Formats: sequence, C-alpha cells, structure tokens
Amino acid sequence: MNLLGKLSWSAIPFDQPIIMGASGGMILGIVAVVAWVTLKGYVPYLWNEWLTSVDHKRIGVMYIVLALLMLLRGFSDAIMMRAQQAVAAGGAQGYLPPEHFDQIFSAHGTIMIFFVAMPFIIGLMNFVVPLQLGVRDVAFPTLNSVSLWLTASGILLINISLFVGEFAKTGWVAYPPLSELKFSPGVGVDYYLWSLQISGVGTLLTGINFVTTILKTRAPGMGYMRMPVFCWTALASNLIIVAVFPILTATFAMLLLDRYLGFHFFTVDAGGNAMMYVNLFWMWGHPEVYILVLPAFGVYSEVSATFSGKPLFGYRSMVAATMVICVLSMMVWLHHFFTMGASASVNAFFGVASMVIGVPTGVKVFNWLFTMYGGRVRFSVPVLWTLGFMVTFVLGGLTGVLLAVPPVDWQMHNSLFLVAHFHHVIIPGVVFGVFAGYMYWFPKAFGFTLDESWGRRAFWCWFIGFHLAFMPLYVVGLMGMTRRLQHYDVVSWQPWLIVAAVGTAVIFAGVVCQILQFVVSIRNREALRDVTGDPWNGRTLEWSTASPPPTWNFAFLPRVSDRDAYWVQKTVARAKQGQSAQPRECEPIEVPKNTATGFVNAFFAVVTGFALIWHIWWMVALGVFGGFVTFLVFAFRDQEEIEIPAKTIAQFDRDHPAEATP
Amino acid sequence: MNVAVAAYDAKQDAIAPASEAGPAPKRIVVAFGFWVFLLSDIVMFSALFAAYAVLARATAGGPTGAELFNQVNVAIQTAFLLISSYTCGMMSLAVSARQRLNTYMFALVTFLLGAGFLYLEVHEFASMIARGATPQRSAFLSAFFTVVGCHGLHVTAGLIWLAVMMAQVAFKGFRPSVDRRLLCFALFWHALDIIWVWLFTAVYLMGIRA
Repeated sequence: MNLLGKLSWSAIPFDQPIIMGASGGMILGIVAVVAWVTLKGYVPYLWNEWLTSVDHKRIGVMYIVLALLMLLRGFSDAIMMRAQQAVAAGGAQGYLPPEHFDQIFSAHGTIMIFFVAMPFIIGLMNFVVPLQLGVRDVAFPTLNSVSLWLTASGILLINISLFVGEFAKTGWVAYPPLSELKFSPGVGVDYYLWSLQISGVGTLLTGINFVTTILKTRAPGMGYMRMPVFCWTALASNLIIVAVFPILTATFAMLLLDRYLGFHFFTVDAGGNAMMYVNLFWMWGHPEVYILVLPAFGVYSEVSATFSGKPLFGYRSMVAATMVICVLSMMVWLHHFFTMGASASVNAFFGVASMVIGVPTGVKVFNWLFTMYGGRVRFSVPVLWTLGFMVTFVLGGLTGVLLAVPPVDWQMHNSLFLVAHFHHVIIPGVVFGVFAGYMYWFPKAFGFTLDESWGRRAFWCWFIGFHLAFMPLYVVGLMGMTRRLQHYDVVSWQPWLIVAAVGTAVIFAGVVCQILQFVVSIRNREALRDVTGDPWNGRTLEWSTASPPPTWNFAFLPRVSDRDAYWVQKTVARAKQGQSAQPRECEPIEVPKNTATGFVNAFFAVVTGFALIWHIWWMVALGVFGGFVTFLVFAFRDQEEIEIPAKTIAQFDRDHPAEATP
Repeated sequence: MNVAVAAYDAKQDAIAPASEAGPAPKRIVVAFGFWVFLLSDIVMFSALFAAYAVLARATAGGPTGAELFNQVNVAIQTAFLLISSYTCGMMSLAVSARQRLNTYMFALVTFLLGAGFLYLEVHEFASMIARGATPQRSAFLSAFFTVVGCHGLHVTAGLIWLAVMMAQVAFKGFRPSVDRRLLCFALFWHALDIIWVWLFTAVYLMGIRA
C-alpha cells in the first residue's frame, strides 16, 4: 500500500510547457502576494478584519474578489479555445493537443458557472440584502463565513488540478458513461466532483441562510410588498438553491460511488442508467440558470429605477414575474436533451413550458422600459450595462425560444449554435448584471465611486467584443459545426472563427479597461469620495447609512412605511426641514464575534478533498477529524457576541451625518 | 405638509401586520432556518428515492428485493426508531422543565434505541453482502444500499450530535444557545422518522412485490 495513494511525481506535467508556465505564474503570483502581505505587516489586519470576519459586507466583498480572480482564469481558457479554433482548420492541429483542449473547455464551463457567476451573485447578495432589509447581518453570520470558505476550498482544489494531475476531459456536465472510471480512469473527474461537492455544500448553506434572512429578519415595517426588488429576486434565487442543490449533491454522490466503490448507478453494465444522470443533472442545471439570472434582474431593476429618478414601473408584476420564473424554472429541464428519445408528447410539454418562461421575462423587460420612459435617465455606466443587457438579452432569448421547439433542437443540438445561444443569454443576463451591480454598489463598499470614463470604455469593448465573438458562432453552428472541436476539416468555417477570436481580443481589451478603472479610481479616490453615503440619489435603505457602512450597519433599525423606504425618508425630511427631530440616545449594539471556524474548516475541507482525489485514506480520516474538532471548538466557545459601546456608535454618527434620519 | 408626509405619519401610528413586525426572535430564526435545511435534506433524499425507483427492477440477473428483505428485522428497526422519537419528545419536555436528570435519561434511551436501529441495519447489510448481494452486484442493489445507507449515516450523525449535546448540557447548562441546538436536534430526529417511514414503504413494502 502506497502512503500517498495515487500521487507521484508523474502527476506533475513537466513535459507540458503551457501548463507549467501557467501554473508557475500562478504559484509565483500567490507567493508574491503572500510575501508582500507578510513583509508589509498586514497579516494580523488581514486575519482579524477579513479572513475571520463574519460581517456580511466583508464576506460579500471576499466572494466578489474570488469571482473576479476566477473570471481571469476562466477567460484565459476562453482565449485559448478561441485561438485554437481560429488556427486549427483543414489539416492544421493548432497548438493545443486534444487531451489538453478537452480539459480547457471542461474547466472553462465549470469555473465560469460555479466559481465566477455563483460567487459574484452570492457576493452581491451578501453585501446588499441585509442593508436593503435594514438589518444588521444575515440570520447566521458564522454559517455565512463557513459558506464563503467552502466555496474558496472548491476554487483552490480546481486550481490545484492545473498543476497536480489533470482536470476532467468530459465537458462541464461530466455525463456518464464517459465520466465513469472505465472511460475516465484519471483523477480529472474526481477533481471536478470533489471541488463541486465541497463548494456545493457552501452554496446550499448560503441558500438556507438567505431564505431565513429575507423571510424572518426585516426592519420593522418592511412587509413583503415593501421589499426592494433585489431582495425579492435574491429570495427567489435562494429558494431555488435550497430546492435544487441537494439534487446535484445526490447526483454527484452517486457518480462518486460508481467511481470509488464500483456501484452501478450510471454504468453501461449491471443495469446502470446513464440517462438518469442527465435528467438529475439538469433538474439542478436548468434552475441554476435562474439562480444566476434572477438576482441580476434585481440589479437591473434597482439601477433602472435609481438612475431614472422614478419608482420601478409595475412593482407587483415584477414580483409576480420573479416568483413565476422561480417555479417554472424547475419544470423545463428536459429541453437540455430533447434528442435523448423521450416521446413526442413529453418533448412537446417541455418545449411549451420552456417557451412559457418567455412571458414573465417579457413582463420584466417591459417594466424596465416603462421605468425609464418619462424618467430623467442619467446615463451612468450601470445604466449602460442595463441598456446593453436589454437589447442583447432579448435577442439571445429569442434564439432560446427557437431552440425550445423540439424539431429545431434536433437540428441545432450540440452545435455551436447552442453555444452561441447560452452565451448570448448568460453574458448579458448575468455578467453585465454583476458588472452593473459592481459599479453601482462599489461606493457603498469602499466609500468612493469608480471612474466613469474607464467604465464606459470597458462597457463598449465588452459590448462590441461580445457580438464579434458570438454572432459568428451562430453562423458556423448553422453550417453544422459541433461544439468542443479541437480541430476541423471544413475550411469555410475558419473566417468566422477568426472573427470570433478577434471578438475575444476586444473583450480582453474590456477586461484591461476594468482593471485600469480599478487602479485609476483608487488613485483618484479623494476626488471620487462619497461623503453622503448616497452617491446616486438612491431609493433603498443601503443608501441611508454611511459609505462604507459601520459594522453594525444602522445605529437604529430603520422604520419602513412604504416601498422605496429611503426615498420616502428623504421626502419626509425635506418637507419637515426646520423642525429638527430630537437626537436619539444611542444604545450599545451586540454584533456576532469573529471566528476562524470557517477558515479552519475550509483548510480541512481542502485536505479531505485532495486526499479523496488521490486516494490517500489516512489523510481523509485526518481531514474529517480536523473538521469535526473545529466545529466542537466552535460549539463550546463561551462568548458568542461582542458589544459595541454606545459611545462608539454615537461618535460614528456624528462623523457621518445622514441626509435623512429614519 | 404634503401628501407623502401625511401618509408617512399616518402609517407610523397604524397597527402593523405580522410581516411588518421587524426581525423575529433568535429562537424562531434558528428553528426556521433549520426547517429550511431539513427541507433541503428531504430534497436530497427524494433524488435518491427517484434513483431507486428507476433502478428497482434493474437487478441484472441478481437477487431481487423479494428474495432479500427480511420484514421482521425491518419491523423491529421501525419500532426502535419510532419509540426513539417518543423518548426524544420526552427529552424535549425535560429540557423545557429544566430537569437535568430526566434529560440525560431520555437522551440515553434515545441514543440506545438509535444505536439498536443502526446495529440491525448493519447486521442486515452484512448478511446481504455475505449472500453475494453486494452493492456492486446490480444497479438495484447500488440504489438500495445508497438510499438506506444514507439514512443510516444520518442516524449516525444524529447519535454523535446527541452525545455532543449532552456534553454541552453537562458543561454549559441550559443556556439559550444550548436550548436552540436541542430544539434543532429534536427536529432532525423526527425528520429522520419521516424519511424512514417513506423508506419502509417505498423500499421494503413495495420492494417485495416481485
């Protein structure tokens, strides 16, 4: 028996210059950052204020940092794929061997969905939802930190796969029988499964946390029909998380049992049923789309109302549309595999159900348009992202309605037309949305706004680059090009793929603009400083506190009497000017105590995951035991909260006078 | 004074509905959150149940449920688990009455019944494996061992949790955080009963109809 399981020096791909270069760069980057932090003496600050923080605002920011870093990783994969397909025509093989190309497209999909879109959305919800609800934190702050660090564990594992071993070559969906041990004997699929299992637990806990927060802890007076639309969309999104992530966990558990213990859930022999995996996967997979896109719709709602200076048009219909999508999202999964061979009636049912989702989505688009209609629209960068989303997303949605017609799908199935379609909805739908949210709430998190000119440049590069990169894929898809081709013989496809590669380069310019925007804004932060806490003339409660908000968010819980609670407060304050309200006496506030539980637990999760991937059984036992002890230590701690003295709170309020007091 | 301000003042005085009452007390928040967790756990089980339903007849020429299941054994298991739910309820009453001794006693009985349940399950698994009915034999057996074993793992986790909670009562007493955890434990233990009733019906009772 080998003490290190399947692990040996041959796991490190010394003969692959591209992989060695990329992982070498990554390791150097990490070492450089760690060295810089240590030499500058920032370690205690980082540990006390961030890594062990249970403050929802800090956790939200850390989620978004993770998402942005992984966006760079996932985007690098995209550049490599586009470059490969631009050159590998006719007899040419390009620069990527097939087994490497297969890992790249699998990693691209997995990373972009699980480790970019998810943490970005969850990060925004973390930062914004408690502030919009007018409360001091989420329902379970320590659990929130555990969720964050479990997500980070998954991210770490998937990045280790670049350097130690390999990643899955199965595509991001890992369909059996290809993903079974017989056909994928390497550790690639195990990396995929364990990193997603671990981060999936984190996501489920986030879902539980936010459903509870939104349903049980809102400021006094905030009835359901007074909640900001972003909170409604966050509620819908988290309800879906609670309803479908357990299915993914169960499905991956079955595949893991097949791979590790020789079970027969999805194998080709002994009665296994691979089609069951496909069904179960998409029972999670389709709702996942709405987990991501609904909060982005929430961002668009907040942005269009705020920058038009009007209340959101059709609030009730927006809420209804959100909840209808929440339910319908779980009734359409079969449209991902019309060609599997279900009967015509089954396909027709799911085709119609898929088209029906277009109705509430259409309601939303009209609501945003009517919100802007007649308003004094300020064309700030978040509005650009919103407008770009509306024109692009509607077209992407139309190709979706097309694909929902089963006979059409039989032609387009597995082609680049499909790839073009889902990028056409998910990039404007989710990516533009989180960028709008990033720009919109950045001043709330850091106390200064982001530079507008670089933001505009970034938007236009992304917008133009997106169309250049994906419209040609519709064309080659219609010409019959299937997805995931490492090389192809039909030379007439090549010009289109070269255009797509150019589009990727333009998007790259957009990413560079975003990095520059960040750097320039930090340099000019004094000029961009937000002193009022309300840089956009906002409508919801997050703008009623200072930027950045104090740990306790609100010295007094706001009293809500209507929708757009902060707008009402401002109106009332203006009308009552002169008759100054009596200053209220601050009271001490209890906030949850920081804890290293989440971080330490994540350390053991990584150890356990890595040991499971490489079959190092003693290390698995050690990791699980470590995690258990971590929780025991947490469960037996004596002090759960710390008290912030009234003097500190009063001092903070004097330093940050609000425009309107609740 | 404009209309918005008048409306604002009027609403400040009106009696608010429950949804406008402000943040709920911590005990309610915790119990509610735990209910949401239990629902998600039930969703996970339903995926395993669905897999079992799909694969129940995929015996690949191996033994079927009718040949394997021992109804007497399962009936005793069911009795153990249902009685343990009752004693768990008695434990909750003892906790609210702040009776330490009764709490320990009912916890011990609950623990022993749960352990007895697990013993019978492991015994059943071992005797099946001894007869060649391993989870590797057929898709039906894979699904059977997974769905029943997953419930067994939950019971095991429950026993460990119960032991930790008794240590908490001993060392920390009935403080609010310990109370809330005991409340969640009780919810968890009863939920395992509900899942077992489903298992009993869908796997053992329906499984013997050849």
